[in-house]
Parts: sequence; C-alpha cells; structure tokens
Amino acid sequence: MPPLPIPEHPPVAWYLILSAILFGLGVAGFLFRRNIITVFMSIELMLNAVNLSFIAFSYQLKQVSGHIFTFFVMVVAAAEAAVGLAIILTIYKNKSTLEVDEINSLNN
Amino acid sequence: MNENAHQLWLIPALPLAGALINGVVGQMRDRAAHAAAHGHGHGHGHSHSHSHSQGHDHGGHDSHAKPDPLVSMVSIGSVLLAFLWVSKTLIALGDLNTAYVERYFTWIASGSLNVGFDLAIDRLSAVMLLVVTGIGTLIHIYATGYMSHEKGYYRFFCYLNLFMFFMLILVLGANYLLLFIGWEGVGLCSYLLIGFYFLKKSAGDAGKKAFIVNRVGDFGFALAMLLIFIHFGSLDFGAVLPKASGVDTGILTAIGLLLLVGACGKSAQVPLYVWLPDAMEGPTPVSALIHAATMVTAGVYMVARSFPIYEGAPMAREAVALIGLATAVMAATIGLAQNDIKKVFAYSTVSQLGFMFLGLGVGAYGAGIYHVVTHAFFKALLFLGAGSVIHALGGEQDIRNMGGLRTKIPWTFATLFIAAFAIAGFPGLSGYYSKHEILLAAHHHAHWMYWVGTITAGITSFYVFRCIFLTFFGEYRGKAHPHESPAVMLIPLILLAGLSIAGGFLGIPHWLEPFFPKMAEGHDAMAGNITTLVGLGGIVLAYLFYVVSPGIPEGIANSLRGLYNLIDNKYYVDEAYDSAIVHPLEHGSRIVLWRGVDAGFIDGIVNGMGGVSRSIGGALRTLQSGNIRSYANWVVLGAVIFLVMLGAAGGAR
Repeated sequence: MPPLPIPEHPPVAWYLILSAILFGLGVAGFLFRRNIITVFMSIELMLNAVNLSFIAFSYQLKQVSGHIFTFFVMVVAAAEAAVGLAIILTIYKNKSTLEVDEINSLNN
Repeated sequence: MNENAHQLWLIPALPLAGALINGVVGQMRDRAAHAAAHGHGHGHGHSHSHSHSQGHDHGGHDSHAKPDPLVSMVSIGSVLLAFLWVSKTLIALGDLNTAYVERYFTWIASGSLNVGFDLAIDRLSAVMLLVVTGIGTLIHIYATGYMSHEKGYYRFFCYLNLFMFFMLILVLGANYLLLFIGWEGVGLCSYLLIGFYFLKKSAGDAGKKAFIVNRVGDFGFALAMLLIFIHFGSLDFGAVLPKASGVDTGILTAIGLLLLVGACGKSAQVPLYVWLPDAMEGPTPVSALIHAATMVTAGVYMVARSFPIYEGAPMAREAVALIGLATAVMAATIGLAQNDIKKVFAYSTVSQLGFMFLGLGVGAYGAGIYHVVTHAFFKALLFLGAGSVIHALGGEQDIRNMGGLRTKIPWTFATLFIAAFAIAGFPGLSGYYSKHEILLAAHHHAHWMYWVGTITAGITSFYVFRCIFLTFFGEYRGKAHPHESPAVMLIPLILLAGLSIAGGFLGIPHWLEPFFPKMAEGHDAMAGNITTLVGLGGIVLAYLFYVVSPGIPEGIANSLRGLYNLIDNKYYVDEAYDSAIVHPLEHGSRIVLWRGVDAGFIDGIVNGMGGVSRSIGGALRTLQSGNIRSYANWVVLGAVIFLVMLGAAGGAR
C-alpha cells in the first residue's frame, strides 16, 4: 500500500474540510446524544473545529489575529468547562440522572 | 406730568397685600393662639371643630375664638387706604373728560395680540371705584363685628381682601382681558366665601352651583372677547369702543349678545340667576358686599362699559332690556313668597339687577349705573341689617319666627326701615331717583315695558315691606333673646342709612351724563307720578296685609293655591334645570361616558392590548419546553436558515 501523497504544505482547504467534519460531528453529537457530558464534549468539539479553521486562515493569510482568536476561544472554553462541569455535578447530585431529556424543570 | 403719576396700581395692590398678610401671618398667629390655648389646658381642644351650630348662619361658631386684632386692622386698613387713594387720585384728576390711562408692562404679546397690564380711570370707573372701596370699607368694618365669634377669622378676611383686589382689577382694567381676570377672580372669591362654612353640605353645594352657573356665562364672555379681537384686532377699550360704530351690525349684535350671556351669569339674570339665592349660604357680610353691592353689578358695569357696541346693535340692546325686565318680574314675584330674610333680599337683588339691565337696554346707561350705586347703598344696608337681625337672634333667619323686634333692636330697625323705603322708591330717598330714571327711560322706549316695570316696582315695595313688617311689627314669635348688635356693626349701618337717604343728591347722573350718549328728552310727568304712587301703594298694601289684618295673605294664598304654589316653588326653575340639564348630564355621563366610552372603549383598548400580549405569550410559551435538545434544534435550525439566506443573498463577501 503506497503511502498517501501527503504534501509537505497541505492546502488550506484540507484544514477547512477537516474543520467542517469536526464541526458536523460536534453538531450531531450536540443534537442526538442524551448524556449531558457527551453533549458538553460535543460543544467543545465544535469550538475546536472553529479554532482549527482560525489557525488555518491565520497561517494562510500570514496574520496573527487568528491566533489571538484561538487563544481567546481556548480561555473561554476552559472557563466554560469549569462552570459547566460544576453545574453538571450539581444536577447529578439533585436529580441522580444525566439524561438531557429528563432535565426540564424550566418547562413553560 | 410724568407718566403713571398717580400710581393707580396701588389701589388694587393694597387689598392684595392685605390678603397676603391675613392669609400668611394671620394663619400663623391663629395656629399659635390655638396652640397656646391648648397648652394652658382650657379643655376645649375639640370644641373648635363642632361647637354650637345654632341656626343657619353660624355653622362655624366658636365661643372661644377671639378675633385677631392684626387681621381686623390689616383688612380694614388696606381697604380704607385703597378708598383714600381712590379719593386722592380722583381729586387730583379733576373732571376726567377723557380716560386717564397708566400703562405698566406688556402682559401678553402673541402674534397680533398685544395685551398690556394697563389700568384706567374714566367717569364710569370712578363711580364704580368709589362704590367698591367705600361700601367695601364699611362692610369690612361691619364684618369684624359680625364674624368675631367665627372660626377661620383670618381666612374670611383673606378672601374678602382678595375679593377687593380682583374687583378693583375688574373696574380699573383698561382692556377686556384684564376685566375678565378680575371677573374670574371675583367669581373665585365668591365661590370661596359662599362655601365659607364648608363643613355644611348646602354651603359647599351652593358654592359649586355659583361657580358652575357662572362658567356658562363666562363661556359667552370669552367668545365675545374672541370676536372682538377678530374684528377689532385689539382688546383695549380705548382701541375697540371708538371704532364700534364702523363695524357691521351683525357682528356687533353677536358680540353684544355674547357679552350679555356673560353678564347674565355674573349679574344673575334670567336664565342664569339661580345661583344667587343659593349664594346666601355665605356669611351675611359676603351677601352684602359680593352678592348685592359689588360683584353682581359687574355685569351691569361691563355692558355699560361696552355701550358703543350696544349702540350699534339695537337687537342686542333690546335683548338686554327684555332679559332685565323678565328677571325683574320673575324675581320680584318669587320674593313675595320667601320666608328666609336673606332669601327675600336675594330675590330683591336679582330683581333690582333686572331693573338695571332694563335701564341699560332702553339706552339709559347712566340711569343703570346710577341704580347700581343707589342699590349698593340700600341693598348693602338691607343685608347688613338682616345680618344684624340674625346676629341678634343667634342665627334665626325665618321671618315667621321673628316679629316685634322694633323695640328690641331699635337701631337695626331704624336703619333697615330707611333702606326699605329707599328700595321701595319713597320720594326723596336714593332709590326713588335712580328707579324713576330707569322707568321713565323705559316709558320713552316702549310703554308696555314701563307698565310692567312699574308694577314690578310696586311688587318690590310690597314684599320688602312684608319682610320688614313681619320682622319688626306685631308680636315676637321666636324663642331666642334678641340683643342689639355692637357699635362696630351699627356704625356702618348708620353711615349706609345716611347714604341711602342722600344717594339721590350726590350728583351721579350729572357726573355720568357726558360719558354716555344723550337720551332723547321728553319725560312724562304723569308716568313719574304713577310710579311713585304704585310704590307707595305697595307699602300701604303690605301694611294692611301684615300689620292691620294678618289673615288676608293666608286667604289670598288659599284662594289662589295654584299660583301661590308656583311662586312658592320659585317657578320650578331649579327643578326644570335639574331634569333638563343636571339629570341628563348625570345619566349621560354614567351610561354613555362611563359605561360606554370609559369602560367600553378606553378600557377595551387597554384590556385588548393585554389580551393580545397574553395570547401571543401563550403561544410562545410552548417553545420553552425546558428541554435542552429542543433548544439545540432551534439553534441549529436558525443557523441553517441564516446560512441559506446568506447563500441566497450571494454568499458572504
């Protein structure tokens, strides 16, 4: 099996396609998974897919702002992970479940 | 002579200052006095609000209240000073063949409307000024005695001085707007003073009635001012009146009739006279000053002031005469059956005002104003005398419970007797001259008006003397112990009695003659004699009926039951107004305005908006399922729609 012809400098489209695939997976997980932790991880996946496209563009356009955006997203994602996991823990303590469909106390 | 040399502004400013001092300092002193009385523990803390309320007129009687000498001094002093200033100014101004005007500042300047704060004196306002301040001073002096036991002493004199201020503005104002300000101001003070005993419902109602009925008249006055401004471009007397002869008769008629509507309200003419008899709820000095001598003659003054307009509008003038005559007859006949001493004089006032309007309407403007003056003398005296009687009897106002007071309160009797002769037109007394001038002018104008007026004059002397005889002759029928009034009340009575006698010799017609257009000569001596005889006949008839054989009136009342009931019930005018205006208004307000417009329409809009919000909210609340995955679906759906729209718009650039 011959090695895949991976270029030394792959075109930016490849990165974008990968980013889109990752983002799509994130959306799918976000919509269809029931475990709240999985949903949470899907959101992280979407964020990182976006980070990837930022970096790709940044590299392509030789501009640093993409990097800065990425760092911002990472910082926010870290904070969000901390808060989000804390909320999830509390929900689990109160409801003894992590099923998304069963947590609907804000109904109406 | 420099401009504004005579400082006319001082005349109204003095009573205004008096009102302010009484209202502010008087009130503070009153509170302090009360606090001191409570502090010393006299134990009458609560008696102030509901002490002896004996009889009609003493609703706020407070036997512990002491009149504040400062309030008495300020109120009398300010009006007396105004009187002296008027006298000094008039002496300095001399014959006043042209109006003397002082201009202070531009009050309203809006487009072509330019109204200045201007005061003016001419021969007409000179007479009114002397009457207002002179009679005003006497009544203020009297009131310090009459009101000495009343609660709210300072309040009374604050209002009374405020009234003097507005009345003087009314008379001095050099344009219609300033006259209107005074006109409204005196109406306000009238309202405040009629309702002086505001704890009594009838007093409050009477005040409201006076105010509301006057609004009808004021509406006419305001429209008249608009018409004057439209056609003359100014509201100054000096600019409007000389130009009146050059204006179309139809416009002058419209202005004249609208002014007449205003005058009908203020001067209690048919059909707007109904408030004046009720106004007797106020303290008696108020009835004398405001509702007999000064304020109610404002309509006469205003019509006389506008005489060039009426000269150019014969129809409007005829209307003035007819309304005056109708009022005179109607009020005089009602006066026949009244038993409240103040009500008798109230209807007599309405009737005499009718005579004044008759005089104006037949072109005898000078005679109308002359009657204003003499009427101010004897009617103020009648009311103050009635107040003295009421005071003597501790609040009794019903003449059926009086009688035989001649010997018990001789001074009051003597002065009141003179006033009655004056109003009846006894030869030589003031009322004789002015009433005769009016009736002779009416004779010249239309014979039937003369006859109706003369018979009314006979009725007048009859019912006034009926009242006098029932009060002072025969046996005493009451329970209270009559006591003569204090000197502070008697001195004004005596001075007014002197004026009622001498009023015919003050040269008022001569003074006014050059001011008004000349009347055609040709007075009928016969007519004059008939009037005199009819007047005397009324007195004799009253003497026969109420002193010689008191059974006759009862018999006549019984044999003419229907007619008697009609006048006893004042022609059912109040009832007619109730069912024609008040009730439809109330029902209309309740059914159409409240239930229909307010509850149906306005509340409907508000409730409808609320209902729409609720149903939209109800539909939207189903979106909030609380289910995270459904939210996620919405978010994704939104993102997809956004992307599609972006693509449809040609992609992001």
